[in-house]
Amino acid sequence: MQMAQPGLYIHIPFCKTKCGYCDFYSVTSLSSIPEYIKAILEEISLYRYDFKCFDTIYIGGGTPSLLSCADLWEILIHARNTFTVAADAEITVEVNPADAHPHFLTSLRRTGVNRLNLGIQSFDENILRFLDRRHTCKQALESIEQARAAGFDNIGLDLIYGIPDQSLLSWKDTLSRALSFEPEHLSCYQLSLEDDTPLGRRHQKGEFALPDEDRQIDFFMTTADILEDAGYLHYEVSSFARDESCKSRHNQKYWRHIPYLGLGPAAHSFSGQRRWWNHRSLKQYLIDLREVRRPVEGSEQLTPSQKRLENCFLGLRTGEGIPMQHFSEQHNTPHPEKRKNLDELVRQGFIVIQDGFLKPTRRGLAVADRLALML
Amino acid sequence: MENIRNFSIIAHIDHGKSTLADRLIQHTGVVSERNFKDQILDNMDIERERGITIKSQAICLPYKARDGITYTLNLIDTPGHVDFSYEVSRSLASCEGVLLLIDAAQGVQAQTLANLYLAMEHDLEIIPVINKIDLPSADVERVIGQIDTELGLDADSHLQCSAKEGIGIEEILEAIVERIPPPAGDFEAPLAALIFDANYDPFRGTVIHCRIFAGQVKPGDVIRLMFTHASYRVEEVGHFLLTREKRNRIAAGEVGYIIAGVKTVSDVHTGDTITLDNRPCEKPLPGFKEVKPVVFASIYPIASDDYENLADSLEKFKLNDASFIYQKDSSVALGQGFRCGFLGLLHLDIVQERLEREYDLSIILSVPSVRYRFTLKNGAVLDVDNPSHHPDPASIAKSEEPYIRATMMMPERYLGSVMKLCMDKRGANSTLSYTGPGRVELIYEMPLAEVIYDFYDRFKSLTQGYGSFDYDIIDYRESTLALLDILVNGEKVDALSQIVHRERARARGLQACERLKEEIPKQMFKIAIQGVIGGEIVSRTTISAFRKDVTAKCYGGDITRKRKLLEKQKKGKKRMKMIGSVSIPQSAFLSVLRSDTD
Ligand SMILES: Nc1nc2c(ncn2[C@@H]2O[C@H](COP(=O)(O)OP(=O)(O)OP(=O)(O)O)[C@@H](O)[C@H]2O)c(=O)[nH]1
Ligand code: SF4
Ligand SMILES: [Mg+2]
Repeated sequence: MQMAQPGLYIHIPFCKTKCGYCDFYSVTSLSSIPEYIKAILEEISLYRYDFKCFDTIYIGGGTPSLLSCADLWEILIHARNTFTVAADAEITVEVNPADAHPHFLTSLRRTGVNRLNLGIQSFDENILRFLDRRHTCKQALESIEQARAAGFDNIGLDLIYGIPDQSLLSWKDTLSRALSFEPEHLSCYQLSLEDDTPLGRRHQKGEFALPDEDRQIDFFMTTADILEDAGYLHYEVSSFARDESCKSRHNQKYWRHIPYLGLGPAAHSFSGQRRWWNHRSLKQYLIDLREVRRPVEGSEQLTPSQKRLENCFLGLRTGEGIPMQHFSEQHNTPHPEKRKNLDELVRQGFIVIQDGFLKPTRRGLAVADRLALML
Repeated sequence: MENIRNFSIIAHIDHGKSTLADRLIQHTGVVSERNFKDQILDNMDIERERGITIKSQAICLPYKARDGITYTLNLIDTPGHVDFSYEVSRSLASCEGVLLLIDAAQGVQAQTLANLYLAMEHDLEIIPVINKIDLPSADVERVIGQIDTELGLDADSHLQCSAKEGIGIEEILEAIVERIPPPAGDFEAPLAALIFDANYDPFRGTVIHCRIFAGQVKPGDVIRLMFTHASYRVEEVGHFLLTREKRNRIAAGEVGYIIAGVKTVSDVHTGDTITLDNRPCEKPLPGFKEVKPVVFASIYPIASDDYENLADSLEKFKLNDASFIYQKDSSVALGQGFRCGFLGLLHLDIVQERLEREYDLSIILSVPSVRYRFTLKNGAVLDVDNPSHHPDPASIAKSEEPYIRATMMMPERYLGSVMKLCMDKRGANSTLSYTGPGRVELIYEMPLAEVIYDFYDRFKSLTQGYGSFDYDIIDYRESTLALLDILVNGEKVDALSQIVHRERARARGLQACERLKEEIPKQMFKIAIQGVIGGEIVSRTTISAFRKDVTAKCYGGDITRKRKLLEKQKKGKKRMKMIGSVSIPQSAFLSVLRSDTD
């Protein structure tokens, strides 16, 4: 598989209502959508000399399905005109089940979008309400059927577990309903709450408790058991693919240190050496583009040791792991402590050394951040 | 020389020495108001943060007295805490007189007396000064009574001031000029200078602080350090103002510094005499009493390749802390290090912090210990301050441990709870006396080992800060002792071993396990901690392992945020020592002595 081409991410910073756990940047007033479309087209143009070609485009949010197909088409067309987009590029759009109307999906398919990511989150009505999701369980089920009907043969479903008081049974039920659609891709995220979100604040006040570590690991292991039994590949901490070809090509670029260009407010970009990020403010973003200026808020040049750390913690999130040679190079001066750690981690079954790679086991994936600190 | 006055300000802790020094400095106008800050002589960060003086600090003040003559006053501000009393005694060797400060509200306290005795030993002129007369709780009459009865000084000779409000400052300056004798010493005699302190300047090398008793010294002279026989050519001499002030020479009666390109740091010994190479004085000046450390602990670098750096830093550090002693040591669990002696736990704490700050070292300290004495069946007597040198129990005929006499003064209402604390700490033979209405002095004999860790903190909190505590070592007493070892995942960590009283051994074992459980963070593997005495496991705990530690989502390409979090955690890990496959934080080693009452 050729992976060296960069990926393009486009952030659509609008949501009809905010979900209580959400930390992504979006605004609930939709009135700036027209100006935003103009701005994003401008931003694409501003990068025409820095990036040449892409083989993935990911339109995420926020809620991209709040845009009309015409708007999405205009963005995609402009990207294709500005850059070389590979003929077989993976083009993903995130869709909220509440917006998954048959004609929207059919025309989306016609714009060249070949992958859908549906924000299902749960098939439990109570949980959907707790999370302040805009859609119902029924809409969630229908959205998948309609996506299939519209001809999408590459569908990813996002699910969340570890909701306060959620039983393992309720989660298993959501999983088996999801599996009944044989989705190409499943992302199963554990709920985590940032302090500056509505649910995060309620949690801080002690209104409810999140599952403790033992319970978290139950959810994590059960998920992996069920999905691997169903034939899925657990290829990243939270990601499962029906087969090799169904892995999210775009997301893998983040974990493999492949460059990507992120457009839209709060989007992050990576050139291979440098990271930069846009203003986390639609207002500032629009001002900058009105004045034909890149809406960049900050940037950093990665030092070799930062790059190493990133390689390590990103690589260890994936089933593929990190190349052994990579580890040895990092510690080319004899580093007995790290070696000792590695031996111990292998002995205790967190890591296996296979085909020249250090691969986290399932238990290893559950503690990937720790592994990165130890190696 | 007639116009020089050398004096120290001495007192119990917090009685206002540094604040009075501020007023004297301001009165003489050597520091511009703009550059002034409170407790200006406390120039180390650690002194300012903790609000206490750790190092004696000299400053040279010009003062135009009422008689029209301008005098040179060499003031030395000293620390009040008992752990730094070696600083006081060395300062006094440079002086002809002292200001003995007494807090008008607290009255005479343990260190007031201890420091008074030091001044008397040096035959110094003593000017008692009652400070903080501005306080509503000041009881000047009572303190005047104490000056007479407790200090045995002429009560009429006292002065009163408020260092904070600047009241009575000029009277003090006049008394210094009138009552403290000028230094004696022959200008023309061969040089005799006493090294009372030193510091290491990265640009100039060793800076020697000395008091000249005879002769004079100037740049170009070749000096000889009498103890080490080393000779060096003088590059610069001068006085201490707030910074070093270069002079053409320094001469008998003066306090100053000498820079002589001393590369071999260990050539400089506090207490040694400096003379001229071509015209030496007959015999060295009497030096200082040897320091007698009471608390011992080993220092190890966190990263073993830092050992050389640590050795180098300790040598430089010792220049500036004569009461710190050390020698090579090694531990099975922690590798190469140094066994160190301290004057108390505050001293230990300060040394650790200064080493980390001033020399940018990351170090681990083993569990502190006192010095025990074992008489073996074959008649040999062993002094053991390191639990890993504990002799085979079967060979021991008699065990002894150091005892102290603890003197505590406090308002009567705290008596009950303090007595209970002392009994807890194996205190015995108490005496109680009333030192004034509502105030008591309580004396207990206690094993030093019981006092070294949290006694002082608990005493202070029990007496809500109104109590004072001081101790001196009286003798060694027979005791039944046992060696408590700590196993981490089955491996003995010698730096966590303690010698404990047999009756309390089990309790101490439990306490150590509990503290370690609190201090050692969760890791990838389950950690078993066991306390072992004579092969028998007396306590155990386990620290459960991390099972889940990974962000669910690294999404939208924001890798920076996550990386920064990990970088922070990585920094924290650097302050931990790997023992086997377990990372143990610095704080764990001291924590095992802490009981759980706080
Ligand atoms: N009210 C009042 N407070 C004072 C006076 N003199 C000092 N203090 C306060 O007492 C506290 C201790 O003062 P320091 O000058 O640091 O005492 P010290 O004797 O140098 O203390 P150590 O060096 O730690 O022994 C500070 O909070 C001062 O502000 C005074 O005359 N009146
Ligand atoms: S729809 Fe998505 S982006 Fe919008 S608030 Fe909900 S979780 Fe956040
Ligand atoms: Mg002071």
